[in-house]
Amino acid sequence: MENSTLIALVSIITAGVIMIVGSIFPAISEGKAVATALSSLAQQPDAAPTITRTLFVGLAMIESTAIYCFVLAMILIFANPFWNHFIGS
Amino acid sequence: MKFSPDEIVFWEYGFINLNLTIVTTWAIMLVLTIAAGLITRNLKKDLQISSWQSLLEIIVININSQIEEIGIDNPKKYIGFIGTLFLFIATANLFVILPWYQAPTASISTTAALALCVFLAVPFFGITEKGFKDYLKSYVQPTFIMLPFNLIGEVSRTLALAVRLFGNIMSGGVIVAIMLSVAPLIFPAIMNALGLITGMVQAYIFSILATVYIAAAVKNIESIK
Repeated sequence: MENSTLIALVSIITAGVIMIVGSIFPAISEGKAVATALSSLAQQPDAAPTITRTLFVGLAMIESTAIYCFVLAMILIFANPFWNHFIGS
Repeated sequence: MKFSPDEIVFWEYGFINLNLTIVTTWAIMLVLTIAAGLITRNLKKDLQISSWQSLLEIIVININSQIEEIGIDNPKKYIGFIGTLFLFIATANLFVILPWYQAPTASISTTAALALCVFLAVPFFGITEKGFKDYLKSYVQPTFIMLPFNLIGEVSRTLALAVRLFGNIMSGGVIVAIMLSVAPLIFPAIMNALGLITGMVQAYIFSILATVYIAAAVKNIESIK
């Protein structure tokens, strides 16, 4: 197999795997966070502003791991440094 | 596919180049400055105030109360920094509704610059509030062993701030571009509306996180205990 084919193959498969892992687990944890926040909102509606703010900050923290995976997949597909190096040389 | 406004270059001289990111950033700064100047030119204390003044009052009061809720006692000292961050990011993400506009926050250079501002503002506010020695002491809390972890945390949270904002806004643009090639009729508009919500939430998150970091730096250790 040629080097360029190999790089393209590995990059595409890795990007897919990254998106699989990076969307499953943040989705699970965000679901847990929202479910917990909803049940505490039902118990204590008075604490709504605090819970909502903390929920948003926490969701952003969880979301950022998914975003890291997304950025990495984007780099692998559209701006792959190994690919560019191989094509350039 | 172009997924960064950095790649659209208008003018280039040596290593200096004028790309879409810089142009839109300056345009937003101009809009914000002129709008603030025009609105605050004749402020009134009557019962009858102009609708623009009441809009500005709502924004300022809400930012103040948000900062106060996080645990900073005198929000007026920090609203200059945090409010500017929020207004800039929110305006940058709101203007996505304009045609041919690309948010400057979809470029890693803008978000890295904003995150660096937070990175520098935290020790600045910490030192002005607590003094140099007490601020340095906060790095060896609760024990001396935590020093490297505190230092790493300082850098990694700055990186996380930059990549979070960049990734969210950039992904919105990329999804719209992909949708345009797959289903160009209605779906891009829906995804754009979703991107608008994401942009507002990210502006809120960015400023809230900056506030949390600053609050952690300026709080007295004794008052926590």
